Amino acid sequence: MANGLIDLDKVGMIYEATSGPVEALAGISLSVDAGEFVSLVGPSGCGKSTLLRIVAGLRPATAGTITVAGRQVTKPIDDIGMVFQAPILLKWRTILENVLLPAELAGKDARALRGRALELLEMAELHGFADKLPRELSGGMQQRASLCRALLLDPPLLLMDEPFGALDAMTRDDMALELLRIWGEHDLAREARKTVLFVTHSISEAVFLSDRVVVMSPRPGRIAADLRIDLPRPRTVELRATEAFGRLNLEIFRTLTGRTVGATASG
Amino acid sequence: MTKFAGLSRQYWPTLVLFAFLLASWQAAVSFGGIREYLLPAPISVWNGLWSNEIAWSQHIWTTTLEIVGAFFMAAIVGVALGVAIAWSPLLANALVPFLVFVNTLPKVAIAPLFLIWMGYGIFPNMLMGALIGFFPVVINTAVGLSQVEADMLDLGRVFSAPKWKIFLKIRLPNALPYILSALKITATAAVVGAIVGEFVASQRGLGYVIVATQSSMNTSVAFAALIWISAVGLALYGLVVVVARLWAPWAEGID
Repeated sequence: MANGLIDLDKVGMIYEATSGPVEALAGISLSVDAGEFVSLVGPSGCGKSTLLRIVAGLRPATAGTITVAGRQVTKPIDDIGMVFQAPILLKWRTILENVLLPAELAGKDARALRGRALELLEMAELHGFADKLPRELSGGMQQRASLCRALLLDPPLLLMDEPFGALDAMTRDDMALELLRIWGEHDLAREARKTVLFVTHSISEAVFLSDRVVVMSPRPGRIAADLRIDLPRPRTVELRATEAFGRLNLEIFRTLTGRTVGATASG
Repeated sequence: MTKFAGLSRQYWPTLVLFAFLLASWQAAVSFGGIREYLLPAPISVWNGLWSNEIAWSQHIWTTTLEIVGAFFMAAIVGVALGVAIAWSPLLANALVPFLVFVNTLPKVAIAPLFLIWMGYGIFPNMLMGALIGFFPVVINTAVGLSQVEADMLDLGRVFSAPKWKIFLKIRLPNALPYILSALKITATAAVVGAIVGEFVASQRGLGYVIVATQSSMNTSVAFAALIWISAVGLALYGLVVVVARLWAPWAEGID
């Protein structure tokens, strides 16, 4: 029975393409505890983004069961925050109005949440930009605003789909630290933190951020490895230079490429 | 001041060319022996613009009314049809072939029918302008309503937002620049429609003035009427541009 916040049991997904049915995911079983930061890494086409949307209830799985917070997922679940690769802010709304969008969509009182939205913007170092339009912000700032939007209704679960994928390398590293700070790495007890499911194709980003890295192999997407990252928190820039960090990176790299080579040889 | 300097730097070639053309035109008529009823000199046209022989203000008023009426009819009907098409695939299937058919009809050819059905008056001319100008609004409305990122729609689903809310808060504002862009085309089409309508059947309006000069050979009045028409057309177009800029400032540079 369900014991994590997210429980996936033998989840599979087959979709119809013009060339016939394509198996995108097969036999995915995964359990994520509350407060855990779990990354899904894998090459493009391994179905990691699809898996994220299946967890959110935005796409139906064709096999297996998905349980989030003890409830089976059959339709979009509303207790989540989502961050996508693009910030997808509404161009005609100010940053503050964008952050408040979930309240309006969910039929909650947006005015009552104004204070919280401003707090979030301050935490993301965007408080001077509340009344600006998205186009007046840099890509990194827009993505921070989209994180604030995801956090507005204080969801226990954050689903992030390559959120830093479109940013340049330096901004990306900054954003990783920023995310961990906002997540409460410094000041919150583990149980008080949000559960994060984070999709990325950057191994080092996954290692740097996560408590666990789930490595996926492509066609069909399967779990190739599930590694615990026992690096001390809070994570720091210096951590990237340590041997332990490098070893974990290498291990994941080998799992990924080893799998790919193996698949080619057998296929 | 600097803005003015910038503008004058940008437009001085236009002004110089315009002045040059006017001067050559005047010279051709004055010294080239071109007869006034064939090509009136710029000065005669200028005098025609303010001539008391023609009740300009009345004609301008009639044509303006037709153009503005046509514009709003096209805008309202166009947006409504675009919304219907984007809202329901069933309606889209039903409407689109019909609309494409109506759009391919040469509207000018229908004008005589309007005379039979509705007689003389402002309304049939408005309708003609609306008929010519509504189609781009339909298409742009439908496109603007559907061009929303899939992730944005997923976001709506996550918060189980009802369809009308997604429509009002996301789709409609997203379509606004597209609609405003189409309305610029409609503004021009409304002028064409109104004038065509007046050509076929009218007793008033700038189009009527032009037709009437055919028998009087008063070509300078025809030229003056043309200038008034383009003044009205430009004013409407400029108004749409300004409204677009105020209403959808985030969309600068879309069109």
